[in-house]
Amino acid sequence: MGKADRRGRVGRGDKNLLRLLVLLALVFALMAVLRPGQFATAASLNSMMRQFPEYGIMAIGISLAMITGGIDLGVVGTANLSAIVAAKYMLAAVPKGASPAELAPYLFAAVALAVATGLACGTFAGTLIARFNIPAILATLGTQQLYTGIAIGITNGRPQSRLPLLYSKIGNTELFGFFPLSFVLYALIAVGIGLMLSRSRFGTCMYMLGTNPKAARFAGINNASVIMRTYVLSGLLSSVAGLIMMARANSAKADYGAPYTMQCVLIAVLGGVDPNGGFGNIAGVTMAILILQFLSSGLNMFNSVSNFYRDVIWGGVLILVLVFNRILSQRAERRAAARRTAQGR
Amino acid sequence: MSESVLRVEGIKKSFGGVQALKGVDLDIRGGEIHCLAGENGSGKSTLIKVISGVHEPDSGSIEIGGRRRERLSPREAIEAGVQVIYQDFSVFPNLSVMENLALNMELMDGRKLVNYRRARATASRAVSLIGFDVDLDERVENLTVADRQLIAICRALLQDSKLLIMDEPTSALTKKEVKSLFSVIKSLQGRGMSILFVSHKLDEVFEISERYTILRNGENVASGSTGDLDSKTFAYYMTGREFADESYRPGPIAAPPVLSVKDLCLEGCYEGVSFDLAPGEILGITGLLGSGRTELVETIFGISRPDSGSVAVRGREVKIRSVKAAIRRGIGYVPSDRLTEGLFQTQTIERNIVVAVLEKLSGRLGILRRKLVADTTARWIAELSIATEDPSLPVRVLSGGNQQKVVLARWLANDLAVLILNGPTVGVDIGAKYDIHGLIRALAARGLAVIIVSDDLPEVLSCASRIIVMRGGAFIEELDPAETTEAKLGELSTGVA
Amino acid sequence: MIQLHRLARRSEPYVLAAIVALCLLIQARSGQFFSGNNLVDDVRSLIVPALFSIGCMMVLVSGGIDVSFPAIASLAMYMTDRILLASHYSGSVVLAYAMAAGFGLAMGAFNGLLIAFLKLPTFVVTLGTSSLYTGIMYGALSASASDVPPAIAAHGKAKLFTATNEQLGLTSNMPVQVLILAGLIVVVFCLLRYTMLGRGIYAIGGDEAAAERTGFNVRAIKMFLYCFVGFTAGITGIVRISMMSFADPSTMLGMELTVIAAVVLGGTRVTGGLGTLTGTILGVTLMIIMANSLILIGIPTYWSRVFTGAVIIVGTGVTAHQVGSTRRRARAAAALGGLGGGVGAGHGEG
Repeated sequence: MGKADRRGRVGRGDKNLLRLLVLLALVFALMAVLRPGQFATAASLNSMMRQFPEYGIMAIGISLAMITGGIDLGVVGTANLSAIVAAKYMLAAVPKGASPAELAPYLFAAVALAVATGLACGTFAGTLIARFNIPAILATLGTQQLYTGIAIGITNGRPQSRLPLLYSKIGNTELFGFFPLSFVLYALIAVGIGLMLSRSRFGTCMYMLGTNPKAARFAGINNASVIMRTYVLSGLLSSVAGLIMMARANSAKADYGAPYTMQCVLIAVLGGVDPNGGFGNIAGVTMAILILQFLSSGLNMFNSVSNFYRDVIWGGVLILVLVFNRILSQRAERRAAARRTAQGR
Repeated sequence: MSESVLRVEGIKKSFGGVQALKGVDLDIRGGEIHCLAGENGSGKSTLIKVISGVHEPDSGSIEIGGRRRERLSPREAIEAGVQVIYQDFSVFPNLSVMENLALNMELMDGRKLVNYRRARATASRAVSLIGFDVDLDERVENLTVADRQLIAICRALLQDSKLLIMDEPTSALTKKEVKSLFSVIKSLQGRGMSILFVSHKLDEVFEISERYTILRNGENVASGSTGDLDSKTFAYYMTGREFADESYRPGPIAAPPVLSVKDLCLEGCYEGVSFDLAPGEILGITGLLGSGRTELVETIFGISRPDSGSVAVRGREVKIRSVKAAIRRGIGYVPSDRLTEGLFQTQTIERNIVVAVLEKLSGRLGILRRKLVADTTARWIAELSIATEDPSLPVRVLSGGNQQKVVLARWLANDLAVLILNGPTVGVDIGAKYDIHGLIRALAARGLAVIIVSDDLPEVLSCASRIIVMRGGAFIEELDPAETTEAKLGELSTGVA
Repeated sequence: MIQLHRLARRSEPYVLAAIVALCLLIQARSGQFFSGNNLVDDVRSLIVPALFSIGCMMVLVSGGIDVSFPAIASLAMYMTDRILLASHYSGSVVLAYAMAAGFGLAMGAFNGLLIAFLKLPTFVVTLGTSSLYTGIMYGALSASASDVPPAIAAHGKAKLFTATNEQLGLTSNMPVQVLILAGLIVVVFCLLRYTMLGRGIYAIGGDEAAAERTGFNVRAIKMFLYCFVGFTAGITGIVRISMMSFADPSTMLGMELTVIAAVVLGGTRVTGGLGTLTGTILGVTLMIIMANSLILIGIPTYWSRVFTGAVIIVGTGVTAHQVGSTRRRARAAAALGGLGGGVGAGHGEG
């Protein structure tokens, strides 16, 4: 093992992060230059910080599932169901004309209910995958339908609005006068989950399971437990996302955020999460989220340019990145194969 | 003296500056079974690819059936009568036997439409060539590995081959299936075909082939009649090293047994198994596939639970309900299929080593202690002489022998009482095999109790201090390796004198 | 000759049984299920998903997952609609089909380029192209709901026959488009069964490297596959707007997941290699019956998605169980050391 192998030292994860960082900086610079005085302002940044946490948190949940070799397509259904459960509770339980102090316990209870719903949804999905061996993509396709369906059923398809104003007020407050609560939540979650993935035993188990479930079993990893915890965590994150969405819109609806699912998968993949499992980190996912948000907000500022161009750019960038990665790895593989064949392996 | 069906001379081939073949000769005569042997890196795979037209040689000549070939494409090679059966057989598990047999022919004939009657006729003809009795409509995924190999052979035979090249054909077969395969090969020989058998297993070289060619580092080292070969010379030719005959004799065993198994039963796998194992002993469990040997050790390791019986570790009876529990009790297991069951190919060497000791390496809240992880990794890389400078590389860049060492390191990093190794040197070069055996003996000498499950009888004889033969799920006999022979072990395993 | 035990291992019989059971249940509760008008309505509803499911199944069998077909269908249909409207086209609907098919083919070819030639993973690529095509439609073309040219509208109203429900006095027209579905089914059936191209798709799904070595032109087959999916998606787009007499660009978006679910319900393996046309159509039928006809037994449409989700879960659970038992059987057979079959078995040696 000599010099040739040292070239692999900068792992694929680091290379990808670097590329994303460059892309992020480019997009930011581009938007700042094209829309001076509009894009790189405090107000615009503040607005962006309000918008991305709801799908950003779900993207983290999906990334966790993908790292273990699965996927969670039920995040949006879980988010909406959790929000609706909380909303229905608030509408039913809160007495009219209550003062803010009296409202507080009800709000706590509503949040707790939402979180409990998210945990339950995650547990169910985890059971299907870990215990019944249903492939994750199919199980969560099913749960997405199921949870959305339940949400439609208990609301008869109608949005739950006229929630206690205090909820939105709290949900939309800014800490230190600048950072929206949702942004802070995202930051805390990202840091926490990121540390868990890179520093904890559980994180290592997730990566190993995603790489080779059979070998994981032989190494003493409790596959079922890791899978279960992953989806429960994803469910939890989805419920938080649902609460954030509800605060922003001041209502809960069963089919809110339908395009978010595929968008979050896109974010995860662009952020370097390998759909086959075993690789990915939160830093990359966060950068992918920010890239999307910058594009989205930036495009919004061009009056003549439709916001849907974002989808074009988004899809285009994903494909370009894939092609670029592929060409690079093909070249590396050709070199390695030549070396191997020469060694007769 | 029959004419040469294939003769290559002075074949040179390099890839990107590395010379894989430095002027290799090979001569295969009509109707003979010829063995091509060499370690990983010897160039034998490259030579095969040159002969079958996949790679073009930089220089040298190729003569097939007496005719010189200037340039050989894979298609031309097949038309000239040279066929290769690779290790993975290239069969389609989701298609039927009939389609697997016939599709190749249909494609070669340039057909665009499928005629099922014609396909069935082709398939029937193919299986009749070697008397293979199989349900043509069965999906191949439901067949055994041996049957799939037979399908690959039948398919190759359809092309009217003169030389059949088989690349490590016995690596996935049981002893019974190997015997079956050899009789097929002999019958093909009887029909005038030549077989080039690529293998590094000495007993096969002797049993089946008449002549051999050994490569090392891209050059010819030796060739001749197998009758003139013995195991020492063979090993020397393959590796350039001399290997002493080894055996393992532990000192007097003073300590109490560290593992006691009593009357262990698992329905359909094994029954009434009992033995004790003391520190410093190496117990060799041998038997055919299906004798229950793998199931037995998997039960001890917690992968399956026994129906009845007891297991005691370090003197205390334990109920091992999971792999994690087994590990906690000090039992480690190196599985037979290193690639799919043992290693996380794309993960780092470091992670592969520490994956089974994560609990010990983490503090409160399950956070891993980085320094401890790095130190543990460095320690075991040094102790086992794993040839790598950088533990953050993916483990797949290592050679087979080093990969096996990584798996071993993973277990040794635990505070082990018992280490079970299932097929420890399957697919490993002779040189690395010797090293691993030495390693195992050294570990036992330091006080570890070791169980080796293997059907490689020389390996069992040279490593174990006690041998137990299993057959049909039962313990047949316990033997002292110094007082028994390969033949006797083989007899006991098969039940046939 | 399909032996009974092999039949039990496949999914189609179970799906069929579920459909029959459901139909009987609904008929028993409402007496309306087998009324002509209800059956025709169900067939009407399943035309577009079924058209999608065929291409989707072929891609799944080859070992890939394509999620871009609704986007392709929408963009192809929208471009065709705009062009025809702008040129005040009043000719036959055949041109509309041809145009949309052509656009769809081009978009599918782009997928094929990335997947077959650059060997990029299908799920991620089609995720990207789906976003790309949707973005082009809404962004570059500022798509919004609009009318359809007269030819298409007339085509949409054309009917094969009318079915009447005497009890309720309701009538439904069997749309002419069902012939397109029938035609596609026949073509694909023959393709998959009787051509090397079709067998090649299965071979690739079974073991792509082996397919390459056996002599299949894997790149060409995959390219064809994705072009074909695009082609049929384009046609499906026109079918959709003609049946609705209205061109809403968003109408088909988001269907990919339910179509995949229906295909898998019909026995196609997500990992590739196995899947039948029969099973796929049965799967779609089951989903549509649930979506449409639950109302007949008093279950409000609001709850239909719950049923869909439950069926997907149960159906895939059953399939997972079947796959698991196949593997267990194969392992057991292997452990017995190849006692079945094998050379020389006929000579009494084994």
